[in-house]
Amino acid sequence: MALSREDVEHVAWLARLALTEEEIERFREHLSAILEYARMLEEVDISDVSPTATVLPMRNVMRDDEVRPSLPRDVVLANAPDTYEGYFRVQAVLDTEDEEG
Amino acid sequence: MELYRLTAHEARDLLRKGEITAVELTEAVLRRIEAVEPQVRAYITVSPDTALAQAAAADQRLSAARRSGEVDTLPPLLGIPIAVKDVISTRGLRTTCGSRMLERYIPPYDATVVRRLRAQGAVIVGKTNTDEFAMGWSTENSAFGPSRNPWDITRVPGGSSGGSAAALAADEALIALGSDTGGSVRQPAAFCNLVGLRPTYGRVSRYGLVAFASSLDQIGPMAKDVLDCALLYEVIAGHDPHDSTSIAQPVEPVLPALNGDIRGVRIGVPREYFGEGIHAGVAEVVRRAIAQLESLGAHVEEITLPLTRHSIPVYYLIATAEASANLARYDGVRYGHSATATTIWEHFTRTRGEGFGPEVKRRIILGTYALSAGYYEAYYLRAQKVRTLIRREFEQAFERVDIIAGPVAPVLPWPIGWVMENPVQAYLTDLLTVSQAIAGIPALSVPAGFHEGLPVGLQLVGRPLDEVTLFRVAYALEQVTEWHRQRPTQ
Repeated sequence: MALSREDVEHVAWLARLALTEEEIERFREHLSAILEYARMLEEVDISDVSPTATVLPMRNVMRDDEVRPSLPRDVVLANAPDTYEGYFRVQAVLDTEDEEG
Repeated sequence: MELYRLTAHEARDLLRKGEITAVELTEAVLRRIEAVEPQVRAYITVSPDTALAQAAAADQRLSAARRSGEVDTLPPLLGIPIAVKDVISTRGLRTTCGSRMLERYIPPYDATVVRRLRAQGAVIVGKTNTDEFAMGWSTENSAFGPSRNPWDITRVPGGSSGGSAAALAADEALIALGSDTGGSVRQPAAFCNLVGLRPTYGRVSRYGLVAFASSLDQIGPMAKDVLDCALLYEVIAGHDPHDSTSIAQPVEPVLPALNGDIRGVRIGVPREYFGEGIHAGVAEVVRRAIAQLESLGAHVEEITLPLTRHSIPVYYLIATAEASANLARYDGVRYGHSATATTIWEHFTRTRGEGFGPEVKRRIILGTYALSAGYYEAYYLRAQKVRTLIRREFEQAFERVDIIAGPVAPVLPWPIGWVMENPVQAYLTDLLTVSQAIAGIPALSVPAGFHEGLPVGLQLVGRPLDEVTLFRVAYALEQVTEWHRQRPTQ
C-alpha cells in the first residue's frame, strides 16, 4: 500500500496541517509501512461481526435539561490569543472578492 | 530516613501521629526535586508556592483532628505530595500536554480527579512530563525534552506517563497520576519498578483529561507499592456526571482484599505473551513471578489469545482516527499557539504545523487517512469489527480464568535516542498493552524483578470492573518479594 505525495498533501489539507517538504516525504514512507502492516487485519474473518461502538454496558445517558452554572466569559477568554469586546477574534473568513461576488 | 523516600501510607501514619508535618514532607520533596531534577527531568512545571500552601492547609486539618481525636476519619491522602501528568487539567496551573501548542495554556477548571485530590487535601507538587498529547512510549516525544529513567539515566523511563514514573522512582513525589491509552501507565511503571493501574474504561472520570483517543483514554494511579496504588485508586474511581462514559456502578473497596490470600485464583498465561519479539530476560523474570503466584496457591494454566498481534493495527487505526478528530480543536483561536498568517486558512494550517511535533502530526495524518472517503471501511470500520472479536476473545478467556498474567513490555527500557528502523517497530513495543485498552478491561503492572539491573513488570489483566482481584494478586506477590523496596542508587 504505497501512498503518493499527493495522498499525503490531500490528507494534510483535510486535517488543516501545514507540512514541510521533508515531512511530506517522511510521512509518505511511514504511512505506507503502517498501512502495509495493517493488511494483517485482512486475515481476520469479520463477516457477521458488528463494529464496537462502545465497550460500556450502557446506552444513551440522559440528564434533565436544566440550566447549570458555567464558566464566566472572561475566564474562558483568558487563554485566547486574540479577543475583541468579549469575543474570540479571528481573521476574515471570506475574502473581499467573495463578499463582492 | 529521608522523608521523600516514604510511601504515601507510611507518610499518612506519621502525619496522623504528628511525628511529621505536611509542610516538612512537602519541603523535603521540593528539596529532592531541586537536587535530582537536573538529571531526571521528570517535571514540566513544579509549583512550590501552591504546594506549600496546600501542605499548610493540610497541617491545620491534621492538628484540628488530633485535638478532637478524629485523625482516623481523615482522608488517606491528606498532606501527601502527588505528581500529576501534564495532560490532566489543573485550575490555574499550566497544563502543556508536552506540546508547544499548549506551552502557555492555563486551565480554567480542574479535572474531576484533581478536584477529588484537592478535596482529600493532597498536595499537588507539579505537572510531569509526557510524550506530546500522550502519544508515545518513551517520553522522548515531548516538546520539553526527554525524561530519564532513574534506574539508568541513559535510558528512557517509558511513556507516555514517563514523567510521573521517573518522579516516583527518583522520590520526587510520593504518588502520581498518569493516563493510559495503550499502555502509558503500565509500561512506564514497569520500566521504573512501580505499581501502575489502568482501570476499567469508565471507572475513572475523564473530565478534564485532555483528549487523545476518547474510547481508549483512562486516568490511572501510579505508586511505589500496591497499597499506595489502591489508596489513590479508591480516591479517583467512581461515577461523575461530567463524563457521560463514566460508570454508575459503585466502587468495590480494595483494602479488605489486600490480605495475601490468593488460594484458588485461576491465572491464565497466554502463549502469545511469551512468543516472538519478547526479550528472553523479560520472559524469564515474569515466568518466575508467575511461579511464585502458583506457590501461593493460585492455579496457573496456559491459554491462547490469537488476536494479540492484530491488536497493534487495530489500536493504531482507532487511536489515530479518534486523535485526528480530538486534535481538530487546536485552531489557534480559543487557546494555544497561534501563528501569524494573512488568511484564516493559512492561520489554521500554520498554527497546527508549528504547534504540533512530529509524532502528533504523523498520527493526525494516519487517523485522517483512515477516516477519509474511500478508506473508512477498509481501515477504521474493519478495525472496529476486529475490536469486537478481541473483546470476545477476552470474554471467552475469562470464562476459564480469573485473571491473565504476562509481561507488560516485550523489551527492557531502551537507551534514550535509540532510533527505531520504522514506526511499525516502535508501535510493536505496545504489543502487550494495547489489547486490554481495546477491550476496556483493567490491567495492572507490578514489580516482578530485574534483568541486568533494569526493572521488569508483571502485568495482571482482569474482568471489567474487577480491579480488586488485580490488587489482591499484586499485593500477595509483593508480600513474598522485595522488588518494590529496591530503589535506584543516587
